Amino acid sequence: MANLQFDLVSPERRLASVTATEVRIPAVEGDMTAMANHVPTITTLRPGVLSVVHAGGVDDFVVSGGFAEINAESVSVLAEQALPKAEVTQEVYDKMVDDAKLALQHAQTNQNEEAGAVEDAAKLLADMVAIGGTIGLGVKN
Amino acid sequence: MPNLKDLKNRIASVKSTRKITKAMQMVAAAKLRRAQDAAEASRPYTERFNAVMAQLAASVGGSDTAPRLLSGTGNDQVHLLIVMTAERGLCGGFNSNISKLAKIHAQKLLAEGKTVKILTVGKKGRDSLKRDFGSYTVGHVDLSDVKRVGYINAQAIARDVLNRFDAGEFDVATLFFARFENVVTQHPTAQQIIPAKFEQAADADVTLYDYEPGEEEILADLLPRGVATAIFSALLENAASEQGARMSAMDNATRNAGDMIDKLTIQYNRSRQAVITNELIEIISGAEAL
Repeated sequence: MANLQFDLVSPERRLASVTATEVRIPAVEGDMTAMANHVPTITTLRPGVLSVVHAGGVDDFVVSGGFAEINAESVSVLAEQALPKAEVTQEVYDKMVDDAKLALQHAQTNQNEEAGAVEDAAKLLADMVAIGGTIGLGVKN
Repeated sequence: MPNLKDLKNRIASVKSTRKITKAMQMVAAAKLRRAQDAAEASRPYTERFNAVMAQLAASVGGSDTAPRLLSGTGNDQVHLLIVMTAERGLCGGFNSNISKLAKIHAQKLLAEGKTVKILTVGKKGRDSLKRDFGSYTVGHVDLSDVKRVGYINAQAIARDVLNRFDAGEFDVATLFFARFENVVTQHPTAQQIIPAKFEQAADADVTLYDYEPGEEEILADLLPRGVATAIFSALLENAASEQGARMSAMDNATRNAGDMIDKLTIQYNRSRQAVITNELIEIISGAEAL
């Protein structure tokens, strides 16, 4: 099977650079899987779990914000926040959910902000909760 | 002529100064390595990001519906100068070079009849701009508690800047920081971040991408992140420049202290010899008088 070069970078570090067979990307309009010879695409990310399938197994990363650039032989994901799944402990996850909740509250109290801010924040929170479901962490109450 | 005891004290004090500057130089060298590593680590992200943005901007830039962060507000009356300096001094001309560049820029704008607003990041810049441009300052970001600048810090500054932009407080934003070249050279740089300017690399590949969602939505989503990215890389460049400047300043100081010690030691030895000679003369002439 043809392979593609996968890079995951955040502003602070390069998290992964491997030869992968497929990459599952949480794109803003739904999950997508990129394999070799994909049509060149640029898509923005929603908060979610990104999985890379390579010869050594599957690596999962929790990403949020940013975009993915897909070419026939390579996939580059530039995420504003990215952590290997192993580094997302309950503590880290709680903080991410709390931040999303705060953003929602903030959007709800500031009615004068542009339309859709509340929906965006609510979606962010829902995405965060969904991440927890995927990686097996619960939302504390 | 200073007496022997004074000279001795003086030498001791210069010696301890040399110890301090030497220690500061070594600390700066260690910090510089870390700062350079951080700058290095951020480079892949910034480069890819700018390349994609350049491509997007080129294809959307011309249209009327282009986001305001890219196309500007339509005029350039109010300028926001974001002056980034260090929180600490003792780093040679680093802080003053940046604020000097900002001052020149501000004076030029004022002479053209524009309105200038200044946002300072880092205590030293605020202090040096306070006297001449204190009334133009609209805010200050304190990073003195931050040990290692992270993307979070850049995001906070970017949020502040974007809020001001959305509130219509300014039309053009320019970053002032020092670009790190090597330990002895740092270039004070002005970089315009709003409206954003992206330089398309000459050898840029012209792959035609599918955009999901549309080009303009992606651009609208990414432009605010671009501001944060620009601020982040400026912060990292600045951190490396600061340590580099401090390292060479302290290296100079250590060397000067060494020269001074040598000079003072010679003077001390001469004085001591003079005292001995004097005593001998006294003894000999005393003996002769008998």
